[in-house]
Amino acid sequence: MALLKNPKILVASDLRLGEALFLGPEGWTPDCLAATVAHDDVEAAALEARGKSDVAANRVVDVYLTEVEIGPDGSPVPLHYREKMRIRGPSVRPDLGKQAWLGQSGDVK
Amino acid sequence: MTAHDPNQARRPNSPTTTYLYDNYDAAFVRERVSEFREQVRRRLAGATTEDEFRPFRLMNGLYLQLHAYMLRVAIPYGVLTARQMRRLAEIADKWDKGYGHFTTRQNLQFNWPKLADVPDILEALADVEMHAIQTSGNCIRNVTADHFAGVAADEHEDPRPTAEFLRQWSSLHPEFSFLPRKFKIAVSGADEDRAAIKVHDIGLRIVRGPDSEPGYQVVAGGGLGRSPFVGKLVREFLPREDLLAYLEAILRVYNRFGRRDNKYKARIKILVHETGLDQIKAEIESEFAAMDRSPFAHDAEEFARIASYFAPPPYETLPAHSATLEAAKKENRAFAAFAEVNISPHKVDGYAIVTVSLKPIGGIPGDATSAQMRALAEASEKFGFGELRVSHEQNIILPHVKKDDLHALWKMLEPAGLATANAGLLTDIISCPGLDYCSLATARSIPIAQAISRRFQDPERQRLIGKLGIKISGCINACGHHHVGAIGILGLEKKGRESYQITLGGDPSLSASIGELLGPGVSADQVADVIEHIVDFYLSERRGDERFIDTWRRLGHARFKDAVRREGEYGADI
Repeated sequence: MALLKNPKILVASDLRLGEALFLGPEGWTPDCLAATVAHDDVEAAALEARGKSDVAANRVVDVYLTEVEIGPDGSPVPLHYREKMRIRGPSVRPDLGKQAWLGQSGDVK
Repeated sequence: MTAHDPNQARRPNSPTTTYLYDNYDAAFVRERVSEFREQVRRRLAGATTEDEFRPFRLMNGLYLQLHAYMLRVAIPYGVLTARQMRRLAEIADKWDKGYGHFTTRQNLQFNWPKLADVPDILEALADVEMHAIQTSGNCIRNVTADHFAGVAADEHEDPRPTAEFLRQWSSLHPEFSFLPRKFKIAVSGADEDRAAIKVHDIGLRIVRGPDSEPGYQVVAGGGLGRSPFVGKLVREFLPREDLLAYLEAILRVYNRFGRRDNKYKARIKILVHETGLDQIKAEIESEFAAMDRSPFAHDAEEFARIASYFAPPPYETLPAHSATLEAAKKENRAFAAFAEVNISPHKVDGYAIVTVSLKPIGGIPGDATSAQMRALAEASEKFGFGELRVSHEQNIILPHVKKDDLHALWKMLEPAGLATANAGLLTDIISCPGLDYCSLATARSIPIAQAISRRFQDPERQRLIGKLGIKISGCINACGHHHVGAIGILGLEKKGRESYQITLGGDPSLSASIGELLGPGVSADQVADVIEHIVDFYLSERRGDERFIDTWRRLGHARFKDAVRREGEYGADI
């Protein structure tokens, strides 16, 4: 078991909607804050295995791990601006995407 | 010999100014919808995997993007009827989020469809003779054309019949449905090239031969993306009779020799570049000479059948000068600015071509709400024979407006947010969706366009600067055509941040050129500053009405580079 340089979460797209989903303890969720965080390679491999199985079950597509940092409240926040975009929605349309209902609008740093 | 029957054209269209589906066309599109409906059903039922399904959805224009699926709808050679525009608005409201995005290839993208709804959307499109076939995948894509086709004062032949002829030839072409990469064709029939034919895989320019017979100048191997090239002239004059056979020959040479080992080297531009012009011409001519050309023999009857649909509408006989227009311009300065900037010369006296800008100050280039789509449909019915065009510059064209009606049209467009007087000016920025939507993007492009637009929002300053094309892409695939922008902007990732490279000297016209890099990338909040320095330097150096591209060519790239560098040294944050 080796600690990861940065923790990771598993991201995918919903087969039916195409919406970005995150793997949490209760299954796939549209809310990044509820994602399960892998801190070491064993945990990351477990997330990936679950993702692979859900791809095979035609629940999600385009599954991949992405690095996060852990915020002060313990929630994961993607490190890369691409995934920051995915957890909110288009920065030019704050009325659309997850930000419209999650209240996560703000600048992508 | 044709499978079509003009007597079966499915709807009345008086006047007939656009292609009409007959039973053959309608059945063709309906069959595709049914086929895709079954493919979607099987996918959702788990009978097919994503790897199996992906080629099917791409062949029907359906992508998976950052936040949702995206459906790309073809607007063949940019021609739309009011009825079709209304249907796009209905789809936006019923199955999407109330808007659509007009692209740089005369397509429209819906950004939020659900997979299960897409067959119904395609059915709704088929009802109005539209589809999404070949808007994706390694096939011959939507054939594009001059958006002023049939009405431009400088046109010698309407390119729409040729474009429709090629659309029918290329649709589900069995030999060219699995090319090494995508393949784009553009057609122009005017003195000025408004279709960017030199940066397409094949560009066709309609010309007359030695005995005034119709034909084409054929350019091949142009393209943007990772490796931009200006196309090479492969045939100075191709008689119309040989059009399909010669294009078959080009595609066959490409299909045979184009690289399939590396997708970044798979476009025909790489083949032309690596093979050399003389050799590639020899290969094409050799294939053309050796092939059985009988299946591709020109069908003059079929060409005439297609051409007959693009008849001019019943124009009135009017004087070239409109006293009504001149009076309205004197009374209303905002309208006068619109009339000065957004109106182009029409081939018929008393009429004008109107460019409706989809680039409001600080807006999203190419986006139109469903309400705006309906307003445009209504405007076209009231003032333009119910016909609209979509330009690769992401604007809408009303091609047949009486000069006497221009003020009334403007009064209708203005409250809909469609009267921005900036066609061809600096804030008429071409921009791809970038990282706000696109899964391929490496940086956002829309916010950059918005920042520049706000910086240069003063209409008088814009008119002082004159025609200046800024084009922005959010990745190296160059959907925003940045390589051929007089000022091009490319968004990339640099050390985990968005970074923007700026190029100068691009030109999409017959004098096509690829822009040259100004220097290292700058951050998003620096781009508008750099553009302002470039523009200020241009204004200080230009002679008379000299266009930006001409000043840049006269002075040379180094002068501009040096000017921007010096601004940085003097304290500008660049």
